[in-house]
Amino acid sequence: MIKLTGSLKTGNNTWLFKDAELELVAGGWTCLLGSSGVGKTTILRLFAGLDTHGTFTDELKTRNCSYMAQQDLLMPWLDVLGNVLLGAKLRGETPDIKRGHQLIERVGLSDHASKYPRQLSGGMRQRAALARTLMEDQDLVLLDEPFSALDAKKRADMQELAHELLSGKTVMLVTHDPAEAARLGDKNAVMDTTGIHEMPAKKGASILAPEASETLKLQAGLLVKLRKDAA
Amino acid sequence: MNRFTWIVLSCIFAISLWQTLVSATGVPHFILPSPKQVLDTLIKSRELIAWHALITISEVLIGLLLGAALGALTALHLMVSKTSRKLLMPILVFSQAIPVFALAPVLTLWLGYGIWSKVFMAVLITYFPVASNFLDGLRRTDRGFLDLASTMRAGKWQTLLQIRLPAALPSLASGLKLASVYAPIGAIIGEWVGASDGLGYLMLLANGRAKIDLMFASLFVLATFTVILHSVISIFANWLTRRAKGETKEVLENA
Repeated sequence: MIKLTGSLKTGNNTWLFKDAELELVAGGWTCLLGSSGVGKTTILRLFAGLDTHGTFTDELKTRNCSYMAQQDLLMPWLDVLGNVLLGAKLRGETPDIKRGHQLIERVGLSDHASKYPRQLSGGMRQRAALARTLMEDQDLVLLDEPFSALDAKKRADMQELAHELLSGKTVMLVTHDPAEAARLGDKNAVMDTTGIHEMPAKKGASILAPEASETLKLQAGLLVKLRKDAA
Repeated sequence: MNRFTWIVLSCIFAISLWQTLVSATGVPHFILPSPKQVLDTLIKSRELIAWHALITISEVLIGLLLGAALGALTALHLMVSKTSRKLLMPILVFSQAIPVFALAPVLTLWLGYGIWSKVFMAVLITYFPVASNFLDGLRRTDRGFLDLASTMRAGKWQTLLQIRLPAALPSLASGLKLASVYAPIGAIIGEWVGASDGLGYLMLLANGRAKIDLMFASLFVLATFTVILHSVISIFANWLTRRAKGETKEVLENA
């Protein structure tokens, strides 16, 4: 069970959030929505054990996780394979080149393994970042708006690819997009200044089609909640 | 017209202007020699100039190499050790307030009239731009890269060598470019203050004996060397930068 409860005080002694509580769905997707600046990313960074520029009230045991951000964070001086193998090299281990190639193939970049990030489109770069995330092979995967910079078609494609490749893992997705949460979330939550509120989510393990009536209904529900908070 | 043609044209323009000035004013050759006289002296005294140029070039190259290496190592060390950074940064900044030229006489006193006092001048003058540019680059690594490395449980050294260092190569490159222009200045100042060899010494000597044509010929050789040095270092620096940004030839062609 991966759960976080607590409050966080920022550097200038104001509360970023108070008594927030979020439990992740084991082996499924938990989506966290909310307006900008409310602390969604901070929650994710607490799970990841990253610096949050604040004091968190509860001890949170840091777990091994793999992390994917809005920026693909590909090292420009490494080719796609080099980026996929980065984790092992940073830990001083011998990288598993064969597995690296397999994962690059699974994200559909076989022909681009020796290309540099600059040579790739935004969508391809995010797929390379996904391969790097899979290479880490952690049970906990933390995604901070990884698809938000992509165009609508590529975003929908990436959601399906990520859902397929990350099956069985405990995934936390921070997103601005109610449609994304509606499609992917086994549990959806909206964060505002009063805390984290659980919202309805899809039933069943598979990803919803963007045009399915269930998706549209969940999406509308999330949007209404988000707008109410903002008002 | 390509870049090379323009360079040739601008040389011709400058030389014509110079020649016109000398012919029109009828200024005596011991005040301002004509380009022709300088060229004649350059050919006539080529062995003398070459010998002194060789000394200066050695001082500059050794000084630049040592200064850049020391500067880069200092930056890496200050990046790793917070204590060193806090302790040494004020000293480094203060040391930059001292004009290097003011140190030249004392360096001659300590290291003698040979090449080492000039090498040391070149080291002093190249060390800081390399160290400060590189350290700046090392410290300004993209926060996201460091977060990623942290979730990958990277060690401190691995993060330094595999993330911060390659990301800082463009900054190191701009430090090296600056250093390549400064190094000859350091060596020449050193030679002016006290030397028995080198282009700086030759220029002072020629000036004192009213051999202005020889002075100009030496100056011309020095300037040519500085331009070549800067171009070579720039090619290397730009290669480093392209490497760090993953700009291979293919990328540039596709762009």
